[in-house]
Amino acid sequence: MSRLIASFAAAAAIAASTSAFAVEISISCSALGKEYEICKQGVDAWAQRTGNTVKIVSTPNSATERLALFQQLLAAGAGDIDVFQIDVVWTGTLGNHLLDLTSKAQGAVGDHLPAMVETSRVDGKLMAVPWFADAGLLYYRKDLLDKYKRPVPQTWADLTETARLIQEGERKEGRNDFWGYTWQGRAYEGLTTNALEWIASYNGGTIVDEKGEVTIENPKAIEALKTAAGWVGTVTPEGVLNYTEEEARGVFQAGNAAFMRNWPYAWALAQGPDSTIKDKVGIAPLPKGGADGRHAGTLGGQLLAVSKYSKNAAAATDLVMYLTGAAEQKRRAVEGSFNPTIVSLYSDADIARANPFIGDLVGVFSNAVARPATVTGQNYNKVSTEFFNAVHQALSKRAEPAQALNRLDRDLKRIKRNGWQ
Amino acid sequence: MSGAVAQVGVPARHQAQGRRSSLTRSRIRAAWLFIAPSLIVLALIAGWPLVRTIWFSFTDADLNNLSDYDFIGFENYLANYDGEWLGLLTEPDWWHSVWNTVWFTLVSVSLETVLGIVVALILNAAFPGRGLMRAVILIPWAIPTIVSAKMWNWMLHDQFGVINDMLLRIGLIAAPITWTANPDTALWTAVMVDVWKHTSFMALLILAALQMLPQDIYEAAKVDGVSPIRVFLRVTLPLIKPALLVAVIFRSLDALRVFDLIYVLTSNSKDTASMSVYARQQLVDFQEVGLGSAASTLIFLIIALLVVITLAAGRVRLGEDPR
Repeated sequence: MSRLIASFAAAAAIAASTSAFAVEISISCSALGKEYEICKQGVDAWAQRTGNTVKIVSTPNSATERLALFQQLLAAGAGDIDVFQIDVVWTGTLGNHLLDLTSKAQGAVGDHLPAMVETSRVDGKLMAVPWFADAGLLYYRKDLLDKYKRPVPQTWADLTETARLIQEGERKEGRNDFWGYTWQGRAYEGLTTNALEWIASYNGGTIVDEKGEVTIENPKAIEALKTAAGWVGTVTPEGVLNYTEEEARGVFQAGNAAFMRNWPYAWALAQGPDSTIKDKVGIAPLPKGGADGRHAGTLGGQLLAVSKYSKNAAAATDLVMYLTGAAEQKRRAVEGSFNPTIVSLYSDADIARANPFIGDLVGVFSNAVARPATVTGQNYNKVSTEFFNAVHQALSKRAEPAQALNRLDRDLKRIKRNGWQ
Repeated sequence: MSGAVAQVGVPARHQAQGRRSSLTRSRIRAAWLFIAPSLIVLALIAGWPLVRTIWFSFTDADLNNLSDYDFIGFENYLANYDGEWLGLLTEPDWWHSVWNTVWFTLVSVSLETVLGIVVALILNAAFPGRGLMRAVILIPWAIPTIVSAKMWNWMLHDQFGVINDMLLRIGLIAAPITWTANPDTALWTAVMVDVWKHTSFMALLILAALQMLPQDIYEAAKVDGVSPIRVFLRVTLPLIKPALLVAVIFRSLDALRVFDLIYVLTSNSKDTASMSVYARQQLVDFQEVGLGSAASTLIFLIIALLVVITLAAGRVRLGEDPR
């Protein structure tokens, strides 16, 4: 009898342990470029180690749409997605719906880039864990700079001049669809990152300063916007006003542009076996506004967060800790050129061999400009939307830069009326 | 449904004051019983969301936390803060989106009506393969808008697009046109795609009206030697006018709600935003359920107003009709 009870108990224990352990976790990975594939390999490795299954939920390529989708899901309290890949500027917006990871991750984040950890916090609590870091970079065609005997541009004026020279030269040789410089100009979050780089490189501030004051209407910012508006239709195709990352990369990787502003993900693709510009590409920090300006790349990057409505929070948190751990970040750096957020990996020999440029990026990340997401909190999306719309109007010559920034200043102060939170 | 009630109700009213016969009463009861399911379904799927949206438009609800909000009266529409008027009715972006939508509707529906009549007249003539032709022209209308908008987006791409390539090859343009990026052409591009999609729908409705026309009028006109253009203006057009009016109202209602086409082609750009794009941005991107609901309520009122105007105008002109 007791044997029978014991075997029952054992069977029940086995059943209980498997049902408690073998769960299905849904994760939302971005599908930009190679991201989906690399993400799949990572979660599959975790699934094999733990015996759980992981489902990847595809999300829109445009960051603005992805955020809207997440907001709708979370506002409805839906537990369909357990682990969210979120942008560094979303922590404040989504914070209410995310699980506080402070107790689980506090020890681990000590090794991460401090700027990235800062973006993961809301009111001092850790709501996400940094996954990879991003910053705007300048991509250039080594072969064309050699051909026209020009150095890598250090200021925007240099870049404009070099782009014009190469474009004229290439067009004379019959390549009528050749352009000097491509970037992201569609009215979306990507334009905010591009425009912030121009303005910060001229020392024109970051739209809203750390104290929450609106600082956008200043002569430096106007100068920066004038420079950028001057590119459209001359060294940059007018279509850039509707380009996101992938359209800009499409033009550059087809060999039809001398320079491109993009995130680091474009490196692995430009160097891929089917790329027409393999081994002809170099990267550098984005140019300075002038001799007294600074190199400024907007800090981007992605964090992993666990939904408060997840039914398997423990397993989901474990997946987040695995994916953000040193081993997986190293694999992603080697195979997908995703920049680790763990500082020690920047001196790792394997990563340096696969992606020689990654070592130089520590400098870019420490100089990166953060968007005013923390200080504007829940209102960040409105601030960014007003900003990219004002910039878009200046770029499409619907408003003078000074006029556009004057209106923006008034609109931002109106949003701030009752304080940012 | 209300017709059924009225029909049953009419004899009841003819009865002597006061008491209705038990038969009539049971018939009325039966009628209500039959229409009750549809009334309940309508109230649930159309009435409840509408009432809820209007209610939210008087609150400061936030998408982040929908259970906690306060009643704030008309503040989302118009409010005075320290001498400064704020609210949707003072928002230039909102009025710009209203203007975009009205312009889009006027231009696209006018073009669709004219082209629809032309296509319908062609399809009304007897020619071999007419049946096949009638089916084929419906294809653009059958493709979901989101799919055709994406498709057009690629075809109109300034660097890789097939449209620019074709125009360049035949020498019509010297440099690629940035159809969707330039605010001046973006709304026209949206109109073009909309016309491509909906002309066939318009043509089909008009064709149905054409097929109902009595042939003897045309024979009489032929005998009298009236020119075809006069026949069209004096006979065909007045006779298909009621059907045409219904088709125009249908299309206008659709065009006033335009969202997917403009959103796919130009995303959230202020220059081309329609009313629905504006309302979605407030509701979803900015999580302002209150303000977004106020915008949705205004859309509802604007559309209702325009329909009333169109119907009234149509009735006046029909009244002047010598028939």
